[in-house]
Amino acid sequence: MELFNPNSNVDFMGARRWTAMLSGLIFLISIAGLCINGLKWGLDFTGGTQIEITYKAAADLPLIRQSLSDAGFKEAQVVRYGTSKDVLISIAPRAKEDASMLVDRVMHVLPGAEKQRVDFVGPQVGAELATKGALAIFISLLATMIYIALRFEYRLAFSSAVALIHDPVLILGVFAWLKIDFDLKALAGLLAVIGYSLNDTIVVFDRVRENFVKLRRKSPIEIMNISINQTLSRTIMTSVLTLFVVVALFIYGGETIHAFSMALMIGIIVGTYSSIYVAGALAVSMGLNRKDFLPSVNKLTDAP
Amino acid sequence: MHNKFPLWKNMALILLIVVGLVYAIPNIYTEDPVVQVSSQKALLPKALKEKVESLLQAAHLPYKKVSADTEHLEVRFSTTDVQLLAQDVMKAGLGSDYTVALNLVPSTPKWLAAIGAEPMKQGLDLRGGVHFLLEVDVDSVLTRRYEGLMKNMGRGLRDAGIRYAGIRYVPERGVEIRFRTPELQQKAFTVLKTEFSEFLFKTTQDEGKTPELWVSLSELDLSKIRQNTIDQTMSILRNRVNELGVGEAVVQQQGATRIAVDLPGIQDAARAKQILGGTATLEFHLVDSEHDPIVAKQTGAVPVGTKFYVMDGQPILLMRQVVLSGDSITSAMSTFDQQSASPAVSIQLGGGGESFFTKITRENIGKRMAIVFVESKTTLQTVDGETKRITHHTERVISAPVIQSALGNSFQITGLHDAKEGADLALLLRAGALPAAIYSVEERTVGPTLGQENIHRGIVSLEIGMLLILIAMVVYYRVFGLVANVALVLNLILLSALLSMLGATLTLPGIAGIVLTVGMAVDANVLIYERIREELRAGLSPDRAIYAGYERAFSTILDANITTLIVAIVLFSVGTGPVRGFAVTLSLGLLTSMLTGVTYTRAMINVMYGGRHLKKLSIGI
Repeated sequence: MELFNPNSNVDFMGARRWTAMLSGLIFLISIAGLCINGLKWGLDFTGGTQIEITYKAAADLPLIRQSLSDAGFKEAQVVRYGTSKDVLISIAPRAKEDASMLVDRVMHVLPGAEKQRVDFVGPQVGAELATKGALAIFISLLATMIYIALRFEYRLAFSSAVALIHDPVLILGVFAWLKIDFDLKALAGLLAVIGYSLNDTIVVFDRVRENFVKLRRKSPIEIMNISINQTLSRTIMTSVLTLFVVVALFIYGGETIHAFSMALMIGIIVGTYSSIYVAGALAVSMGLNRKDFLPSVNKLTDAP
Repeated sequence: MHNKFPLWKNMALILLIVVGLVYAIPNIYTEDPVVQVSSQKALLPKALKEKVESLLQAAHLPYKKVSADTEHLEVRFSTTDVQLLAQDVMKAGLGSDYTVALNLVPSTPKWLAAIGAEPMKQGLDLRGGVHFLLEVDVDSVLTRRYEGLMKNMGRGLRDAGIRYAGIRYVPERGVEIRFRTPELQQKAFTVLKTEFSEFLFKTTQDEGKTPELWVSLSELDLSKIRQNTIDQTMSILRNRVNELGVGEAVVQQQGATRIAVDLPGIQDAARAKQILGGTATLEFHLVDSEHDPIVAKQTGAVPVGTKFYVMDGQPILLMRQVVLSGDSITSAMSTFDQQSASPAVSIQLGGGGESFFTKITRENIGKRMAIVFVESKTTLQTVDGETKRITHHTERVISAPVIQSALGNSFQITGLHDAKEGADLALLLRAGALPAAIYSVEERTVGPTLGQENIHRGIVSLEIGMLLILIAMVVYYRVFGLVANVALVLNLILLSALLSMLGATLTLPGIAGIVLTVGMAVDANVLIYERIREELRAGLSPDRAIYAGYERAFSTILDANITTLIVAIVLFSVGTGPVRGFAVTLSLGLLTSMLTGVTYTRAMINVMYGGRHLKKLSIGI
């Protein structure tokens, strides 16, 4: 079966001004979301206590809120978690109270509730984790950039890094606008997206490197276009196949890894787009040309 | 011919499948809920087995198997519900001499277990339990050490007749002693330097300020004290975890001052924490030598100011006054007495209380002094259907040696029966009380039903995602798609074998990592197949197209996987717990997928198409 025209010749680069504007716009919307709503940091980063409880029948949220408020937990957030029977209670960090005592107290005022999961994170641990998380994103970007610069070319390294920054920012933007909790697992998803999105970019760049040597008469823009067209069926096939499993995770994986699979889902879609337009177009705009590839290509062909 | 692997390579690949299968198989077997019985004393396997069987039969609890040796007894059950009921029954029936613990034991056949093939461990989010991250208050130990030092130095100076203007402890800097004149400062320096040679000394005298003498611990000593505190706390916590009756508990250091404790199967976080952070200490009492303890036992009349105890079955009367309490002990080690070569325990005191101890011992040479182990433990008991927390105080005389001489900061306890008793006593003195306060900075509790649900969710997403991919690959790439599908299944087998061999712990994010790997593993095949299609379209013969497709796609696959691997490694080094699980499965999955996606599919295709003239490939075009 073939879904893609093997001789497809879409002028991807011709549309690059429009897509650059689109990227810029989406990027700005994401930043705006982060500025206006802010990222809703999950328990892992803020510290505090989360209690997941389940009822035999549908939970009465107003009643739960009232009972908690009467018991002195005025700031407690009560939301549905997955099904109508499951409820998640979040309580901000408290200085003097022992976590497990607090949980006992909460469970005491909620008759009929069954404790499913309790997470308590001290504020200090949360703050450390936030620093570590930011560091992780930074190191990942830097390390992959160095790898691409060594393996390919600095302009490609730079443009793929821009594409890489582009993807997490968009994901964070969606998290901010939709007010989804950004927890440690979402961070893991975000980093996985960095790795995944780079896959796509590398596949295109690999072809670009090859074509610069093979097609001597073509301009850089034409080469970029040809390379993207040649790898198009692969890019879309892989994205769709990976989306299959990630959507399966999103639907069946349960509430605990929702943020994680959400980050991946957005990331795979955005990553496919960004590796074509952001990375490819940027590299061309930066004046990528054939000479940049010749020495390394010689090395390749010399190898046995 | 290009498309043929040498025989050894094919054999090696087949061998790898066999090894992979053997080590992956244990994961298919379910785990049996088990109740384990162990004791400080030696067990009598046969008698205990009979007793347990009769207990379970009396309570009408069905069990699979009871096995016992001198170390411990193990009862297997079919469900965790029965296991929990049986634990209560056995705890009540066997009494407090035995530790009755819950555990999950794989029902792996013996021959597999014998070659080390064991299933992956399940993380707390999959099997339920409590996770604590405990912060150890290491600074308090340093403070105590310095305060002890301050007292001793003050006394040393007074004894030497040197007057000082003030002495105080400044956190993170050390002990500061101020003097009125530089001469006194110099004199003090000379005196203290000889007596407290292991410390760092610094004299300062700024213009118009009082001369000061700074005494501090060296950086090496500081880090040693810190690490010792953590190590001691961990060993105490391990002992206490055993008390809780948890099998497969994990106690490990995390960062410089933290300890992570994982207790699978435990649900009551509050109780677990009370026991972990509980207090146990030592008290030194003089033995009452004027009254006869046997008379006191017979008449029941205990003389005023004394208390009646039993040591090794013998009655003993102790003075009520506490001569020294355990928190004055900074360290204890089992050694041998240099003069008599008999086993001894050397004890270091600090933090106050020593001077009184010295005075009392000086006045009571030749008499006996008893060491009493005091512990307050909280347990949960069900009385008439109501669950209550009950705190017990246990006091036990562990030894009552004769005082040989006046005892100072450091002394030895001799008169022990043997070297083992010395080692035990030192261990008790060290491990008896936590060296520093601990408090939890992170706590996670997962209920057992949620754990089951998480496993179910993970497996369902894996199955559905995988099924979709398998179908899509066959529809799109025909025979080549089928080959890729075989490789994908093989990848799962090799990955689970690898994870099992490494003893990795599987978590829900870990399963997510496996699911994601499945998606990314097909990428290698998509790349290769698309390339083969391209080469076919460009007019290459089928066998040349296969060759070119594999060769040219390989560097792309390598580059793409290495960058993802870099990210996974960063994630591993930064993340904790579940996120690490994700990083581990993702990176190992990438490695195995390179092998299956490239090498194994090539081997299969070589067998099918290699070495003969082909007109057409079944690759969907």
